[in-house]
Amino acid sequence: MGSAGRFLTRTRGRGRLHWTDWLTYGYLVLGIFLMFGPVIWLVFSSFKTDAELDRFPPRFLPYAQQTVSLDGYDKPLPLFRVTGGDLEGEVVAQVRRIGLTAQVVRPDAPGEVIKIARGERVPVERVRLATENYRDLFERFDFMRYFWNSTFITLVATAITLLVNSMAAFALSKYQFRGRAVVMALVIGVLMVPQSVVLVPLFMVTREFGMLDSLWGVIIPGAATPTGVFLLRQYMLTIPDEILDAARMDKASEWKIFWRIILPLSAPAIAVLAILSIMWRWNDFLWPLIALSRSENYTLQLALNSFQGEMHTQWSSLLAMTVLTLLPVALVFAFLQKYIATGIASTGGK
Amino acid sequence: MAGEQKPVDTSRRARLELRGVKKSFGGAEVIRGVDLHVEQGEFCVFVGPSGCGKSTLLRMISGLEDISAGEVRIGDEVVNDIPAAERGLAMVFQSYALYPHMTVRQNLSFGLENLRTPRAEIATKVDEVAAMLQIDGLLDRRPKDLSGGQRQRVAIGRAVVREPRIFLFDEPLSNLDAELRVEMRGEISRLHGRLGNTMIYVTHDQVEAMTMADKIVVLRDGRVEQTGAPLELYNRPANLFVAGFIGSPRMNFLSGSVEGGRLRLENGEAVRLPEEGFSLREGSAVTLGIRPNHLFPAAGEGSGLHATVRSIEQLGGDSYIYAATPTGDQVTLHRPGQTDLQIGTDVYLDHDPQVAHLFDSTNGQSLRQV
Repeated sequence: MGSAGRFLTRTRGRGRLHWTDWLTYGYLVLGIFLMFGPVIWLVFSSFKTDAELDRFPPRFLPYAQQTVSLDGYDKPLPLFRVTGGDLEGEVVAQVRRIGLTAQVVRPDAPGEVIKIARGERVPVERVRLATENYRDLFERFDFMRYFWNSTFITLVATAITLLVNSMAAFALSKYQFRGRAVVMALVIGVLMVPQSVVLVPLFMVTREFGMLDSLWGVIIPGAATPTGVFLLRQYMLTIPDEILDAARMDKASEWKIFWRIILPLSAPAIAVLAILSIMWRWNDFLWPLIALSRSENYTLQLALNSFQGEMHTQWSSLLAMTVLTLLPVALVFAFLQKYIATGIASTGGK
Repeated sequence: MAGEQKPVDTSRRARLELRGVKKSFGGAEVIRGVDLHVEQGEFCVFVGPSGCGKSTLLRMISGLEDISAGEVRIGDEVVNDIPAAERGLAMVFQSYALYPHMTVRQNLSFGLENLRTPRAEIATKVDEVAAMLQIDGLLDRRPKDLSGGQRQRVAIGRAVVREPRIFLFDEPLSNLDAELRVEMRGEISRLHGRLGNTMIYVTHDQVEAMTMADKIVVLRDGRVEQTGAPLELYNRPANLFVAGFIGSPRMNFLSGSVEGGRLRLENGEAVRLPEEGFSLREGSAVTLGIRPNHLFPAAGEGSGLHATVRSIEQLGGDSYIYAATPTGDQVTLHRPGQTDLQIGTDVYLDHDPQVAHLFDSTNGQSLRQV
């Protein structure tokens, strides 16, 4: 804590704040607000009831009206504080509401129904987390299935991407062969073609292979990414050829050189690609939307979309699922980001 | 391939033979026909200026570079089409090329693992080699935690542990500081004495070549200029290039024509020539080569080669005097002890014709009679 605290509270001015300190901290606080504001808003909103979500103006914390279970009433009754009339200051439970009047009872005398004006009462509220939003995801919607679909697609696709791309990058960076420049130019060329342009042909090819509406139809078409090949190739170019020669002299096969020398030495670049691929795949929406049609094949992103109907949007479930969808990527990033930072492998040379 | 596995010394040695070996990259020929024999257990040094093709030649022997023409034989086997891995050689690279992600132990074992050596045997061999090279305390470290000299030892260890038929060294000491270089030089020589393997060593440093080699191969522009034992090259250089390349400081060259058994320089001065051992033709253009330590101030004033002192290096035990003749030739004197000569003074130089060298100025070849 000590060093982190000192780091976070460093100032330019000695003892007092220099104007650049104000500027810097102001800018940083603004940055924090811009970046974390929406996320925090999302998390709090996911714990609000539908009634609270509809409320305008919105409130930051999730409030819920308190209720009380009374004898003679099947459901818990909502509690109100009376603001005018005979009962002013008392807390009452509302039985029903008719037009501008509300029928209420005192909690200690549930038999005696009193009529008060609707405008003379305010709900009794306190902060409460609407965890039922989350419970519903598991009970009413098949969250685990979507989660599994997304996880399966993300993991398998990332594994295939890393393997295919690193092999291509190895060949393009370490072997001299006729047409290497052409292949590299093609890869870079493809980098410039937006996905939406190839969407229709991709759909037709996928259909011909009979992979539509299956998870493989999502995984395979995007497995080889030009970005990945390019990124890994550029990194592999920095691995000295003499190391490969040394391995050849050590009687290593080319395959072994790839597995035992190239892959471990490219680990920082592979980690970067892994993070990118996981994020792309997890957040991918358009292609799964096109390739998948049965709801049991849906990914989380598609499931989120299906909460949004033409007439009605289930905000509470949508928000809760959004939070759960964000979590894995955030964890992956938190875990892998140190590999990006500690990246540059030291070479075995001088 | 089975031979290299046996721990018997003689079976690990192999002779190497190159016959008319050539290499071209695109249209450019970098190795222009090399013939060479390296005997079993010989320490052979390829030496030459940078760009002479010595490293390329080594890589062709190793199999990392293919051969455009000619043939390479290891033992009795033509290995032109045998990949590097199958040739049973080991190479120490200029940049060491250690595997950065592996510990020293893993670096040493990698080759043996690929040879499918049993685990226990790998451990024994690695320990043995590590002890021999005094890197046994470093086995669990990674290359980045080692000093230059230690990395060098690991690189050598990686070659030794494989018990190759021939060791190949590609300028292995060029990244070390002067002191370490001298130390490692001795160490590699001792290693050769101990293992008795055939070794081929590439360097541009003629001191390394002179001190370590059984046989030196001087290369220039992809051709062998001369092959021989170090002192043979020093004492009987076959041509101007070898004469100038071997020996430090460089041999002095004076060109002129033969006139009455003396060398007549451009400005008319005459210098003594060797009286025997060389084929002299009156009037022919020749170059006289004199080692700096065979040149000395003349006994009598006014006779001998006239020169002006340009700079002096006093090392205490030795002095180097750099002078220029009126014809513009640079001459270097290596005198034992200290000198009282001053910069700018004129000196008259004499030499011992018995140890001088004589070359044909037109083709650079030695005029020495065989």
